[in-house]
Amino acid sequence: MKIEGKKQIWNDYQKEIAEDHFFYVRSCIRQNFFPGSEKSFLRIMKEELKKDVYENPSHTTCSGIGYHTDIVPFETSMTMVARQFALMTEAGYENFTTSCITSFGLYSEVLNTWEHEPEMEEKAREFLYKATGREFKKPKNVSHASDVIYRFRKEIAEKGKYRLVNKLTGEPIRVVEHIGCHYSKMFPSKGVGGAEYPYVLIGMIEDWGGEVIDYPERRHCCGFGFRQYLVQANRGFSVSCSKKKFDSMEPYQPEMILTNCPGCPMFLDRWQYAISEMEGKTYGPDGTGIPVLTYEELAGLVLGHDPWDLGLQVHQVPVEPLLDKIGISYDPEKKFKAADGSDIGRPEAPVYLKFYPEQA
Amino acid sequence: MSKTAIIIGGGVAGMETAGQLNRLGIEVVLIEKQASLGGHLKNWDRLFPDRRESQEVFDYLEKGMNDGISLYLNATISDIREAGGKFTVILEDGRELSSDALVLATGYDLFDARKKEEYGFGIYDNVITSAELEEFFRNNKQKNLFEGVQSKRVGIVHCVGSRDEKVGNLYCSKLCCVTGVKQAIEIRELMPDAEIFCFYMDLRMFDRHFEEMYYEAQEKWGIRFIRGRLSEAAENPDHTILVKVEDTLTGLPLKMKVDLLILLVGFVPSPETKRLAGMLGLKEGDDRFLCPSDEHLLPNSTDHPGVFLAGTLKGPASIAATIVDARAAALQVAEYLVNGER
Repeated sequence: MKIEGKKQIWNDYQKEIAEDHFFYVRSCIRQNFFPGSEKSFLRIMKEELKKDVYENPSHTTCSGIGYHTDIVPFETSMTMVARQFALMTEAGYENFTTSCITSFGLYSEVLNTWEHEPEMEEKAREFLYKATGREFKKPKNVSHASDVIYRFRKEIAEKGKYRLVNKLTGEPIRVVEHIGCHYSKMFPSKGVGGAEYPYVLIGMIEDWGGEVIDYPERRHCCGFGFRQYLVQANRGFSVSCSKKKFDSMEPYQPEMILTNCPGCPMFLDRWQYAISEMEGKTYGPDGTGIPVLTYEELAGLVLGHDPWDLGLQVHQVPVEPLLDKIGISYDPEKKFKAADGSDIGRPEAPVYLKFYPEQA
Repeated sequence: MSKTAIIIGGGVAGMETAGQLNRLGIEVVLIEKQASLGGHLKNWDRLFPDRRESQEVFDYLEKGMNDGISLYLNATISDIREAGGKFTVILEDGRELSSDALVLATGYDLFDARKKEEYGFGIYDNVITSAELEEFFRNNKQKNLFEGVQSKRVGIVHCVGSRDEKVGNLYCSKLCCVTGVKQAIEIRELMPDAEIFCFYMDLRMFDRHFEEMYYEAQEKWGIRFIRGRLSEAAENPDHTILVKVEDTLTGLPLKMKVDLLILLVGFVPSPETKRLAGMLGLKEGDDRFLCPSDEHLLPNSTDHPGVFLAGTLKGPASIAATIVDARAAALQVAEYLVNGER
């Protein structure tokens, strides 16, 4: 593998990412899947980087999941996207930032459609006005939240309490990254680093001290691929997609998987549990799995946020081996406690996947 | 008084046009930006379909370069001016050359395989282009391509940068198919136990003996042809290449490991051609190659009187076809200089 070749491509695909004043739209599913991620993003942006991020609670789904499953027609999606832009315009913002990869892909698709077919934009404006009386300006800058973290990755490293380094050996933590299809496969120029060798997560891993692993099935689907999961009968295909990736990355002994998309961490995390129950197979040493983190969770860890405040206790693959390697301090007793100290209950321990805190 | 023609480009088309015009009694000036003549021909080892040494063709062309031709090597053109039916070509070093006619024979470039990012050229250790393989054959006669490699499995990918909307090249480069077949046979000759797979969309064996060569590759050499376009290549831990392709004849996706992946890179218009065409106001086609004034009847003329085209700046062509085209161009130029017709 020649890194110079990748650097050339990374230079070719750079995008503009706004510096401040973000209108932030959330994902439909991330708060259920990884409840601390969006909260961590807002905390990092507002409290640590002192940036202005605005949210309007009346924003809705972008309709991306419905659109990609052929339930919502494009005209409807376009009008819903137009409404989000109207909320942004009304609040006086011009930089649009999305938490979700599928939303990011849909916003990019709608804006690209309007660029090439101005009559479609007129249609969307008309539909929106008739339905809501709202009008909008198109955003000056559209970024995914990972673009924003990428832009401030060096500041995060400077303020950081931890680096992605094994505290005992001094070796960098070996990280596999997974980008999410809708980030740049549809519009390579809209993603940092393009579609084939995307750089957005790699930039974070490198600047925070880790080592990136490229493996043969890096581009393969995480297992979400809407049709594979939303159609219940296809779920075997979903788990086999994830398994193909784990089998391919296993020889490189990755210590962590970093993800970009709402679906990828869900499937790369949950299916490790499912595969362990189905086949007794685990992908980390001594019955552990490969911890899967979102970029906000990882940024939070680097900055020294408490792992349980980041919601890492709801991951199916326990993150403790990774925390221990880096030397991140945490209280095992508080893993299943709420902020007020009450017990939130604990899951039944898996048969094969090692559970933390370890039971006597 | 004898007439003068300036030929721009010293590859196959430029050399043959220059030699022919010189034999017709016309004073010829040949301008080449490189340090030597021959263009892409100098990078070939053996030529399809009969696998003669490329050097033999070069030797013939070089014989035509006699004393009657003024040769300017390492010469870059900074401007072209025209007054009273005469052309003045100004070189970067300030020298001025004048003539009664101009022939553009600036050729083509090879497609930059890095643009097919998913194939990993320039990133994975064992992905090379057909041009690099040819260079290997030329410089390492009879040497094993895989010293130290145990299994010897080679993948050859057709249409890299050709017939590909994604990279903006809809045209067929025509000669990659036969190049791939030739190179597959040559690899097999060097390493009889190598397994060789050609991944193709459809094989365009259009010229004489090409189809026979394709049959020979299958029947005599056991080269396997898989109809399917590669979707991606990735590098395995042992630096072999994992390829994914759909075998469209069986309708099944296929994943296999190869020790070496060869990308058959096609023709692209050269930036130098574009620059000179811009100076002369010449017409570019949708495919960005230059257009003659009439594809059927005046394939070497342009709408600009006194300016002619020869060779692959008009699109992909074999060496044999380029030589025929160069002779046609020479005849058109001679006719223009004698009778004033284009």
